[in-house]
Amino acid sequence: MDLITQFLVELQQITNLLWRSIKGLRKRPRYFNEIVNQMDQIGVGSLGIVVLTGFFTGGVLILQAYPTLEYYGAQSNAGQGVATSLIRELGPVLTALMVAGRVGSAISAELGSMVVSQQIDAMRALGTSPVRKLVTPRIIALLVTLPMLTIAADLFGLIGGGIVARQLHGLDMNVYISSVRTGTDIGDLLAGIIKPISFGVLIGLISCYKGLSTKGGTVGVGVSTTQAVVASSINVIIADFFLSKILQSVLDSTMF
Amino acid sequence: MSFESTNDQTSVETADSSGLAAADIAEEQTPPAIEFRNVDLAFDDQVILDKVSFCVERGETRFVLGGSGTGKSTIINLVLGLLKPDAGQILVEGEDITEFDDVELMRIRKNIGMVFQEGALFDSLSVYDNVAYRLHEARVDEDEVEHEVRRMLHFVGLEDAIDKMPIELSGGMRRRVGIARALVGNPNIVLFDEPTAGLDPPTARTICELAIKLRDIEDVSSIFVTHEMNNLDYISSEYGIIDRQGQVKYELADKTYCLINTKVMMLLKGDIWFTGRVEELKASQDNYIRKFIQGK
Repeated sequence: MDLITQFLVELQQITNLLWRSIKGLRKRPRYFNEIVNQMDQIGVGSLGIVVLTGFFTGGVLILQAYPTLEYYGAQSNAGQGVATSLIRELGPVLTALMVAGRVGSAISAELGSMVVSQQIDAMRALGTSPVRKLVTPRIIALLVTLPMLTIAADLFGLIGGGIVARQLHGLDMNVYISSVRTGTDIGDLLAGIIKPISFGVLIGLISCYKGLSTKGGTVGVGVSTTQAVVASSINVIIADFFLSKILQSVLDSTMF
Repeated sequence: MSFESTNDQTSVETADSSGLAAADIAEEQTPPAIEFRNVDLAFDDQVILDKVSFCVERGETRFVLGGSGTGKSTIINLVLGLLKPDAGQILVEGEDITEFDDVELMRIRKNIGMVFQEGALFDSLSVYDNVAYRLHEARVDEDEVEHEVRRMLHFVGLEDAIDKMPIELSGGMRRRVGIARALVGNPNIVLFDEPTAGLDPPTARTICELAIKLRDIEDVSSIFVTHEMNNLDYISSEYGIIDRQGQVKYELADKTYCLINTKVMMLLKGDIWFTGRVEELKASQDNYIRKFIQGK
């Protein structure tokens, strides 16, 4: 099978998986406990790394941008710069990449191990749909928790930026906060929420697909885990470009 | 329980001959537990099954023998609907499942128990939750679940392991828990996929005794995929009865009585190479069969 055919087949199978997981919501049982459990593992479990990522990203943004802003006498706009780049771009993308690495790999490895040890077959033999029991709760959990994690990353990024601006460059905290507030509009906030929702679905779908299509024993689990992280990360970055373009057109035309 | 005299081919029942007669009439009226009609299956260019047809009658244990890659486990996956045939029909208790969708297959699977090679227990669930899986899915009351789980673990002799996690169990225990899980809901059909592979002889013997118990006490139809001849020897030469103390006893079928509800099917190159009684298999002069039985 050549690469294009393989890509199209995988695209078809992933779309089919998405459709089946949406259909799974309509039927009972709905596995609410599993959704809550996954939200705990994905959301609460990822909070630490996401907060750290946001904090230091905000800090490094100020660290790099402040000398240039100072050169042009625009230090008072430092907060605006951090807020725009974090809320619109870096917050959603970096959070998604961290979650793809931590959660995407875990989902793929877990489902892959279940495939090679015949647990998925056992589940089907016992009359349970693995898509409804395993895929749907994970996608919903990612869809709900990724925006929340992104908000946490954004907040801690702004705090990190503020601390660096004050401690290293002596910028007044009130000036920084005021700059953040004036530099953030509803369009930024909407973009900052819509993007992680899409990224959550992408990461969940790709990781579950790669896990469930594991072949070749324990070596196959390693391969599908790597593929899940790589494919999720690349797709997040590609989707970010197109989402940014779409949101720019839609939000700018409706808000200004 | 069905026995047949080897001399005059007359059916003899140790406990209740009228019950047997009634069972025979019922058998004539009811369709086989599993039926394959000209089933074809190929993966890319490799033919796995080529116009395979056979029946597993109610209460029958059908051994499926054959070397690796001859399609033994594929037959089980086809019965469960985990694979679809390229052509032909598969009937489970008279229902043609060939074109069934997932929802209809889920209904069929609820009447089938499946014992996997390594047990395939859910690692994240305890023994109790593994065995209770089907009942939890059906939202059965927890008191009833506990009663049923304990009954099934008693059946496989593992009541003490109820709170353990699968990782804490030995290979044989995992498979016995797998059998207990498969039997919840009293399925009419049980499928065994090499349940004794890699086990020590006493543990393999325990698994075989469970299969005998299912066949003779519970009247379950089963397909037993294996390539271990001692499994065949145990299950085709012994029968289980309940003694006066209510305990299950295993006795050797002798010259007077032999088991007619145990048959053997051997696969080779996608085809049924042999089908019939165990005695016929052992008496066969076919080179492949002789080599398979004797190992040389």
